[in-house]
Amino acid sequence: MADQAVAAPRRKPRGTALLGTVPFFAYVVIFLIIPTLVVVIGAFAGDDGGVSFANVKALTNGYILDAFGRSITLSAVSAVIGAILGALLAYALVTSKAGGTLRRVVTSAAGVLAQFGGVTLAFAFLATIGLSGFVTVWLQDHLSIDLYANGVWLFELPGLILVYTYFQIPLMLIVFLPALDGIRPQWREAAESLGGTTWQYWTRVAGPLLAPAFLGSTLLLFANAFSAYATAAALVSQGSPIIPLQIRGALTSEVVLGQQNLGKAMALGMVIVVAVVMALYALLERRTAKWLG
Amino acid sequence: MAGVIARRHRKQRIFRWAVLVVLGIFFLLPLAAMVEFSTRNAETWPLLVNWPKLSDTYPDLAEGIVSSLEQAALTAVLMLVLLVPTAIWVRLRLPKLRRLVEFLCLLPLTIPAIVLVVGLAPVYAWVTYFLGGSSLTLVFAYTILVLPYAYRAIDAGLSGIDVKTLAEAARSLGASWTTVILRVVLPNIRSAVLSAAFLTVALVLGEFTIASLLNRTNLQVSIELLGKSSATMSVAVSLAALLLAFVLLLLLSLAGDRRRSTKENS
Repeated sequence: MADQAVAAPRRKPRGTALLGTVPFFAYVVIFLIIPTLVVVIGAFAGDDGGVSFANVKALTNGYILDAFGRSITLSAVSAVIGAILGALLAYALVTSKAGGTLRRVVTSAAGVLAQFGGVTLAFAFLATIGLSGFVTVWLQDHLSIDLYANGVWLFELPGLILVYTYFQIPLMLIVFLPALDGIRPQWREAAESLGGTTWQYWTRVAGPLLAPAFLGSTLLLFANAFSAYATAAALVSQGSPIIPLQIRGALTSEVVLGQQNLGKAMALGMVIVVAVVMALYALLERRTAKWLG
Repeated sequence: MAGVIARRHRKQRIFRWAVLVVLGIFFLLPLAAMVEFSTRNAETWPLLVNWPKLSDTYPDLAEGIVSSLEQAALTAVLMLVLLVPTAIWVRLRLPKLRRLVEFLCLLPLTIPAIVLVVGLAPVYAWVTYFLGGSSLTLVFAYTILVLPYAYRAIDAGLSGIDVKTLAEAARSLGASWTTVILRVVLPNIRSAVLSAAFLTVALVLGEFTIASLLNRTNLQVSIELLGKSSATMSVAVSLAALLLAFVLLLLLSLAGDRRRSTKENS
């Protein structure tokens, strides 16, 4: 009895303390964990409910592999272009006055364009270089250049790369700016006082310091483009060149017999790609934090 | 040495303006094109600011705008109710659970919305069964989507104050836990809560994937729908939505600056 009396008050507060987190955990389980499990388990379930590898095997079908390939190409190309241009823009801002209007307006605009792309972005490009867009018409009227002489590429991979770059550059600016801010002017002065040239400073000091942050940001851009759906969905109405659009097809169209869970298998494939990329990103992030924290 | 530095500053200035001009053209051209495109029909903008007429002419668009505003407000409320007490509580009483909560909150970053929607479809079959198919039910999914951003903002706010000492002081004066959370800690992280709410609103107003694939409506879904019938109007609404988001985030950055400067002054 005495033991219990001592133990009880100690156990009681912990129990009630846990009770306080129940709403949060219950919510996350219902709307995050269960959907994730639905995808993972569904990818390995046959139409009759039993275990089946048919869906995962179907991922090696030509058209799905092509879609994955195009998704990866689109993400990689737009990530590299976005990373390089975004880093240049970030450097241009860092050399300007800290806390100035230029910097504030540009970073706010970048915040909007990086996160608020989606459907509006598709319409922005339709108004610009769509078939009756501003630039298309202007080039036709004034310089008699036909943007689409070799076919309408806006709705295909080159068009998607161009449109994706529009939100990748701002994202790069946002994630790379803190790393550039971490570079101290004293390091450059130290390199110079030891007789180093600008070239040496960039290749021996700033370059190696910024490399992990740059690579990490590029990976983040890749994951961002790989997961993006809205822009492509609004732009491409015919065919499904990339994986997110294939998933749309699997969700909305009539289900092909024996492939009810194919969408889930494709979704699982996407999660795996993103998870690998994000794990590498976390690794590089830790390295960056060591130097520039 | 001074000559070298002056030369470098000049070079940096030339570089800065070259980059800004080239990228500025790339980024402003689509916006300028949107202005040009949406003014081809002179009636578009007057119609957009005339709410009764707009909801008459484009009932779907009006419904989408109203739904998005309701979703944004409700998501912000649900996110705050769910996240703020939990984050404070975990910091005070269950520090061992902090990593788990952080992991769960950041998890949606690795799950693309298009994947989440695949898994959410069966869950929403139940939601529809219990609560009906209203577009407001999207709030449940949106709260998950904004978790990473909201958690980071609130966690940064909590890291900036000494939660434990505040709570112990309040408790020793006889305050209940509810009082500690609502009247002691919450006022101290006001600006973090505000920025979490701002980010939530901006994200919800821009959401398309989940709403579209769960057959519900919001601003973006109605813009996309409108694009099929009236291109000019859809471009005008897109531009208005972009500008609204820009103003929201500019306000957010100004609020953040004020927070920093008051901290430096005190």
